[in-house]
Amino acid sequence: MSHKMPEKSGLNKGDQMNKQIKFYGGVKLDEGKMTSNEPIISAPLEPLYTVPLQQHIGAPAKAVVQKGDKVLRGQLLGEAGSFVSAPVHSPTSGTVRELSSCLGPAGAQLPAVVIESDGEDTAAEPLPIFANWQEASPDELKARVAEAGIVGMGGAAFPTAVKLSPPPNVTIDTVILNGVECEPCLTADHRLMLEHTETIITGARIIARILGVKQIIIAIEMNKPDALEMMTKKAEGTGVEVVGLRVLYPQGAEKQLIYTVTGRKVPSGKLPAHVGCLVTNVSSAAAIADAVCLGKPLYERITTVTGTPVAKPGNILCRVGTPYSSALALCGGVKEDPLKIISGGPMMGMSVYSLDIPIIKGTSGILLLAADEVSQYTPNACLRCGRCNDACPMEMIPGILSSTIEFHHFSLAERWHVMDCIECGCCSYVCPAGRPLVQHMRRAKAVANATRRAAEAASKK
Amino acid sequence: MIDIVMMTGTGVLLGLAIGLVVRYFGVPVNPLVESLNELMPGANCGGCGLAGCSDYANAMATGRAKPGLCPVMSAEAVAKCCELLGVESDTTEPKIAVVCCSGDDDHAAKQAFYNGVNDCLNAMLVAGGSKGCTYGCLGLGSCARACPFGAIEMLPNHLAKIHADLCTGCGKCYMACPRNVIKLVPRSAAKVHVYCNSPKKAPIKRTVCKAACIGCRKCAKTAGEGQIIMNGYLASINYDNPPAEGIVEVCPTKCLRKAD
Repeated sequence: MSHKMPEKSGLNKGDQMNKQIKFYGGVKLDEGKMTSNEPIISAPLEPLYTVPLQQHIGAPAKAVVQKGDKVLRGQLLGEAGSFVSAPVHSPTSGTVRELSSCLGPAGAQLPAVVIESDGEDTAAEPLPIFANWQEASPDELKARVAEAGIVGMGGAAFPTAVKLSPPPNVTIDTVILNGVECEPCLTADHRLMLEHTETIITGARIIARILGVKQIIIAIEMNKPDALEMMTKKAEGTGVEVVGLRVLYPQGAEKQLIYTVTGRKVPSGKLPAHVGCLVTNVSSAAAIADAVCLGKPLYERITTVTGTPVAKPGNILCRVGTPYSSALALCGGVKEDPLKIISGGPMMGMSVYSLDIPIIKGTSGILLLAADEVSQYTPNACLRCGRCNDACPMEMIPGILSSTIEFHHFSLAERWHVMDCIECGCCSYVCPAGRPLVQHMRRAKAVANATRRAAEAASKK
Repeated sequence: MIDIVMMTGTGVLLGLAIGLVVRYFGVPVNPLVESLNELMPGANCGGCGLAGCSDYANAMATGRAKPGLCPVMSAEAVAKCCELLGVESDTTEPKIAVVCCSGDDDHAAKQAFYNGVNDCLNAMLVAGGSKGCTYGCLGLGSCARACPFGAIEMLPNHLAKIHADLCTGCGKCYMACPRNVIKLVPRSAAKVHVYCNSPKKAPIKRTVCKAACIGCRKCAKTAGEGQIIMNGYLASINYDNPPAEGIVEVCPTKCLRKAD
């Protein structure tokens, strides 16, 4: 094998896998990646784009356009609302039809700008290009990342510029690019790694420049040998290390990835910066490279449209604000009626009930499930079998926690580290009693967050 | 014979021990707190804003809280409290909870089939719940479980109904509802209510609910000045100056109804 392993090199593949650190728990899943060989296709222009102003974690962007304004592709629609926020840019040229709200993938109404396309797709003046970014100052590059509205494109959509501003008392020595894509069915990152390899590597080096880091690692799961090979070939001589990882869900989760690649454990309640690491998705790295080298803000992304009911599943380069229905129509529509529509992958995605939802910066996939693929079960009492404990990659006790939460003992659940839950779904996947464990965890987390916010508000008074 | 003597002896000794402990280690109880405690309803609902009934009694005795904060106490009990504390009677207006939604299964459309945890907040976390209207009652009964007085009944067609005779206005349901459908209104003015909570435009509301307020302003025009206020496309009653009951006749969607 040409790529380097985190452990001793020179061993054959099987030995390397055995030597590689394995995180606790996890489950082996049917990958179902039927779109791995479908090249990325660009979506044609839509007549109407609904661009939500909150596509990220944090404060929503503040609209800077008014009804009736003419906008160009890449023009600023909303500026960052606070430190943890990201600006939003126009996906095409046209007129602002209205400032209204739209249904988001999580089911909440989001403030949005509706843009009526003029069909010209005229680009706005691009942001100043860094012809020689190796010489540019890290602060300038960081400002560009913030300006271009780049967020984590793996799904959580955390503003990348915030991630790149670690607290002054920590030093980051390793940048890990996450090309694991452990979520079944999704292939957006896989195709990006094959088709835009160099962009990703440039992005990785820009991130390293911003943080002043020497060690750059791109982690890819072993089920994508073509991407691994391509990356290794292109990374030669750039100082970027490419690592193949064991196929195990959730290998791509931040803390699990850091542990496998560097052997460092992120303590409970701490961020990766605490152990000197920064993890970012390969798509975000590519977006950073585009923002720096081409002056292009983030207004489009690759989305996998897949599932057995889809006529021609594929990977589509969609502008932000494209409705799910258009992306689906581009894939030939449906062969049979889907029973469930999921925004994201099958393990961590959100089920949605409408196709009018716009694609946002964090939409990695749209998954349709047929009637015979969805199981409807009634949850039973916990059997105390402990399979969830064995599967939980965060080493929690999901079964006991779920019973606790069922009886509304939220403070006890918090004491038992419910906030560590990454909502990967391993516990629900293995539960023989069909208990909605993740839903319980999410509720406890929502309650804990609400309590914390209320306490903060009270202390301010 | 021996056992009788033993038992009597043990009893006398233990009684003596208890007497001595009470005599020398007893914590003096404020008689005022005790008599206030007797007047308390004992539901521990937290409607007063304190941890429970005895906490409130303590707070009143030490002057940390005023009498009349308890939504459950009768007027006489409050008057007695004031008498005991030697303060002027100062009662707050008793309140009642209202579920401002008419969207039961017969009227409101469902967008999805929800098969998760049977609780409103849990349902809210999955794509915002299965109801088409994102402002209406989810009908999974979080409020009914939160009510310490059993005043909320979940109708079979998934809508919460508040029984006015049992409701004390403690506000637990108001806190439990993740969609803020439940409102606390003054009991004396609670004659007619607008049973709709959606501020959306009429065409959007009507596609998801047949019983929604369409914002036609008929009620606002018929009622006296300032009795019904229009909040965008949603009528709302001014409970400081409520309209007469006859106003319900004009509502075309029957979402303006007499209190049920």
